[in-house]
Amino acid sequence: MHALLEPWSHPFMQRALLELLFVGVVGAVLGCWIVLYELAYSAESLAHALFPGLVAAALLGLPLLLGAAGGVLGAAAAIALTTRLPGIGRDVAVAIVVTTLFGLGVLLALTPSSPPGLDGLLFGDLLGVTRGDLAASGALAALCLAALAALHRPLLATGFDRGSAPSLGARPLLVDLALLALVAAAIVVGVQGLGNLLVLAALIGPAATARLLVRRVPRMMLLATVVAVVCALGGLYLSYYADVAAGAAVAGSTVGVYLVLALARLRPWRLSASRG
Amino acid sequence: MQVSVQDLAASYGGPVVLSDVTFDVEEGERIGVLGPNGGGKSTLFRVLLGELRPLRGSFQRPSRLGFVPQTERSRLDYPVSALDVALMGTLSRLAWWRPVGRRERRAALAALERVGLTALADEQFGELSGGQRQRVLVARALVQDAPVLLLDEPFSGVDRTSADLLERLLDDLAAEGRGLLLATHDLEQARRFDRVLCLNRRQIAFGPPEETLTRAVLEETYGGEIVALPGAAAAVLPPHHHEHD
Ligand SMILES: Nc1ncnc2c1ncn2[C@@H]1O[C@H](COP(=O)(O)OP(=O)(O)OP(=O)(O)O)[C@@H](O)[C@H]1O
Ligand SMILES: [Mg+2]
Repeated sequence: MHALLEPWSHPFMQRALLELLFVGVVGAVLGCWIVLYELAYSAESLAHALFPGLVAAALLGLPLLLGAAGGVLGAAAAIALTTRLPGIGRDVAVAIVVTTLFGLGVLLALTPSSPPGLDGLLFGDLLGVTRGDLAASGALAALCLAALAALHRPLLATGFDRGSAPSLGARPLLVDLALLALVAAAIVVGVQGLGNLLVLAALIGPAATARLLVRRVPRMMLLATVVAVVCALGGLYLSYYADVAAGAAVAGSTVGVYLVLALARLRPWRLSASRG
Repeated sequence: MQVSVQDLAASYGGPVVLSDVTFDVEEGERIGVLGPNGGGKSTLFRVLLGELRPLRGSFQRPSRLGFVPQTERSRLDYPVSALDVALMGTLSRLAWWRPVGRRERRAALAALERVGLTALADEQFGELSGGQRQRVLVARALVQDAPVLLLDEPFSGVDRTSADLLERLLDDLAAEGRGLLLATHDLEQARRFDRVLCLNRRQIAFGPPEETLTRAVLEETYGGEIVALPGAAAAVLPPHHHEHD
């Protein structure tokens, strides 16, 4: 019993857990839509593309959310412009812009002259989360959840049948934009704790796991949340007792749970038809 | 008058696929929309729904339209029940950000009952049969509670018993004063409607079926491959099959 409770006597562990709960719950609920809309790869690209915006905001002392918004808009503009170059398709344009922007962000974050701590945006610093960070990500997480609750019906109808969604009164374009804005916001919720790269695990892992097991959207969200919380606890214990990086332990356990379940469900004769 | 269309023409950016369309729908009227594959039936619905801007002409319609899409383009692996799908019809009545309440749930269950699917309300939508899915989409349109319904071939894939049930349901809806526009390939069924609209890339005819569905009109509508005379059980072979949608 003592071994189970001991880690939580440290304030830094309590803060780490709280931060993980914020990003975990938002990630689990939002992740269900990312999985159902098949946007996992777009979310990953978005996370990379908005990275220089985050770094710039941190350097200038501006709110990270502002940096994320600027980063997204900048990336969208860059993709639109690159697509216009002769001989460059959409697909290639996205790849070029995303890798360039991400490289630029890493360069900015890791130059010796940059103030220390910026590399935390890249890999996260779960055990170094401050009260101020917590207040900011908690408030943003609450906003995201409120937005997700409000958007639930349009999201459900649009994902079901984009073609006839307008005849029901949903606007697919606005729904898509809202969803991408929420992904950007969720990345900001999780960036302090997990970093720009690992935050994707919180956005996709629990939802993908829940998708394997249940067949209604609300239940999927509930189960994804449970998975996220369990993985947060498990990852923190692992990090505390095995002395591994906390963010990596949490992200790793999220992905691990998915892999174990997906493999358990895999049947040899379904190999070619499995939906991954 | 619930819907009124004047000299409408439409295209998808290329050639004109539909022109010279002029008709109206009175309260409680059932209108059959006939035409070969590619004749422009779905295109007409798309224009009326506001998804496709007309090339020429104008139309008036109520602000709310119920719609049953043709071959459902909905995803079969999507985690929703029949009831969830019927509830989607509330988007046009209840502000999008409000959660559905008991009243909406009751309306959705009542709609499922009208299409004879009460027992399957909690089934996964993707695991229903094709005809059952079609009826769930009709229920969704009922939940929209619109004064006019557009139904794009709602009888395709529906068995005889369910088709009879659906047809009685449509009669009830018309008796409630709702206007119905129904695309169909079933000439026998079209003869039971109040008026028919024949389309073959342009409007061929519009009027009561007994006056309108003459041999000449049918030949012009279907391109001359009618295999039985009107009056007998007329069956129609479309001249050729387009690949589209
Ligand atoms: N999205 C689209 N883009 C371009 N052309 C289209 C599109 N949809 C339909 N068309 C064309 O418009 C014409 C009319 O098609 P429409 O779908 O309205 O026919 P329909 O009467 O509904 O046929 P069916 O009985 O097969 O459903 C066809 O020539 C078709 O190829
Ligand atoms: Mg059609």
